[in-house]
Amino acid sequence: MALTGLFLCLFLAGHLAGNLQLIFSDASAFNKYALFMTSNPAVKLLSYLTYISILFHAVDGFLLTYQNVKARPIGYAKNNPSKNSSFSSRNMAVLGTLILVFIVTHMVNFWAVMHFDEKMPLQTISVNQMGAKIDYYITTDTGKFFPTDSLQLNQMGIEIRNRTEFYNKEANVIMGEGYKDLHKITVAFFKDAKTGLIATIAYVLAMFVLAFHLLHGFQSAFQSLGLNNPKYTPAIKGFGKAFAIIVPLLFAAIPVYIHFFLK
Amino acid sequence: MSAAKNINITLKIWRQKNAKAKGQIETYKLDNVSTASSFLEMLDQLNEQLINSKKEPVAFDHDCREGICGMCSLYINGRAHGPDTGTTTCQLHMRKFNDGDTIYIEPWRSKAFPVVKDLVVDRSAFDRIQQAGGFVSVNTSGRTIDANATPVPKHDADRAFEAAACIGCGACVATCKNGSAMLFVGAKVSQYALLPQGKVEATQRVLNMVRQMDEEGFGNCTNTGACEVECPKGISLENIARMNREYLKASII
Ligand code: HEM
Ligand code: SF4
Ligand code: FES
Repeated sequence: MALTGLFLCLFLAGHLAGNLQLIFSDASAFNKYALFMTSNPAVKLLSYLTYISILFHAVDGFLLTYQNVKARPIGYAKNNPSKNSSFSSRNMAVLGTLILVFIVTHMVNFWAVMHFDEKMPLQTISVNQMGAKIDYYITTDTGKFFPTDSLQLNQMGIEIRNRTEFYNKEANVIMGEGYKDLHKITVAFFKDAKTGLIATIAYVLAMFVLAFHLLHGFQSAFQSLGLNNPKYTPAIKGFGKAFAIIVPLLFAAIPVYIHFFLK
Repeated sequence: MSAAKNINITLKIWRQKNAKAKGQIETYKLDNVSTASSFLEMLDQLNEQLINSKKEPVAFDHDCREGICGMCSLYINGRAHGPDTGTTTCQLHMRKFNDGDTIYIEPWRSKAFPVVKDLVVDRSAFDRIQQAGGFVSVNTSGRTIDANATPVPKHDADRAFEAAACIGCGACVATCKNGSAMLFVGAKVSQYALLPQGKVEATQRVLNMVRQMDEEGFGNCTNTGACEVECPKGISLENIARMNREYLKASII
């Protein structure tokens, strides 16, 4: 529980750093990051570790909660737990389950699109040519551009295979590889006229839930590992509180910024 | 201190004939309770009233009535040992209550502490945990070493003494939402783990005591910290962390 929980905290920090590029840098930097995250072998290993951690953490959490409920078959007629423990600490399982629901929806919305959607758009760039704006696909091998106009692309003898690869049809060789435009998908998702606002609100609420989970969870993991010491524990608790507030806050700021402020 | 006065109260008490019976909350009115009396004296008064009207008195545990034996229990108005912190039920006084109050009194609730009768629970699970490792083996062949001949750093001695203050009352289990006994076992493991005499058997001790604790059906600690708040002897969560540390060490070696 503690090890997976702390690993997930590290994951959150990494994921947040990536997501913040949605605000602080341009589309191509973000898409580059997205490609790196789905192709780099070291990152792949880390991502599998993350999937396993979430699974272990959730299963472990359910088992723990089940055993703990069984340890008190008859409850109290009158109980006053708010006098001796925090809301978060008493509701970790509920908070965790809500996070699990969020993680699944979140993965359907973004992760599955990135990995499997056949209609995933490729990143384009607009170039001014003789007064007219023309769109080109940009590729990972810098300097190569391909027209987005399918007729023109066909005339050049090029077709797109495997969603991102530009192939010379005759020679059957790869000419370049496009970027999946996750940036565009994300912005469209939170700016959608019908569902964008709901998606933004749901995301923010989920971050509240995460904050409460971490408010208890972060320092709890250290105690579980036996790391309690009069000298360091106040610092761990302080850092945990800050982490539990700042990380979800920054996560939540991204969709809020996209929905309300991004032009 | 304000002068004692008499108050009238309503009691909602768990009544259960025996371990097998179902049990339910019963309501009693008790008049003229002196605020100078202790909580247990108030229950004595109730029992006299019940006996006088030929009813079965309420069974509750108690012995020393001065906060050292750990026999008295009682979950009072949703708190283990009542509204005060750092006290046992026998140290609770009726001046903490007001005229017209309704007071709920329930037994400790835990799978490992089955109700024997009314408010009395069987806490022998704690004894079995102690027997599983809560001791140091001493050679009694006549060549015993004087305990004071083994130097103990003051800091360690103080921590061990604080842990040894646990009276085994079970409030930690009763108050924990998980019915976990980790504060009790943490205290018992710590009081030996901190001392040179206890280090010899440290590995086996923590493994055996934790195994026994799990077998008894206590829940798992999720660090809510409720036990530390309600413990009448101020046993610190540091003892649970120390036990976790000892357990990890013992499992790896
Ligand atoms: C990014 C997501 C998550 C992070 C960073 C996280 C972090 C943590 C941490 C640090 C702990 C404390 C561990 C300990 O005290 O030893 C914890 C406990 C827990 N987590 Fe999570 N968690 C996450 C997601 C989830 C999910 C998806 C579930 C469940 C379905 C869940 C359920 C639980 C439960 C039941 C507990 C613990 C027990 C308790 O203290 O009552 N968590 N989590
Ligand atoms: S740790 Fe405290 S609450 Fe638990 S049994 Fe010992 S004295 Fe009672
Ligand atoms: S009766 Fe001994 S501690 Fe309360």
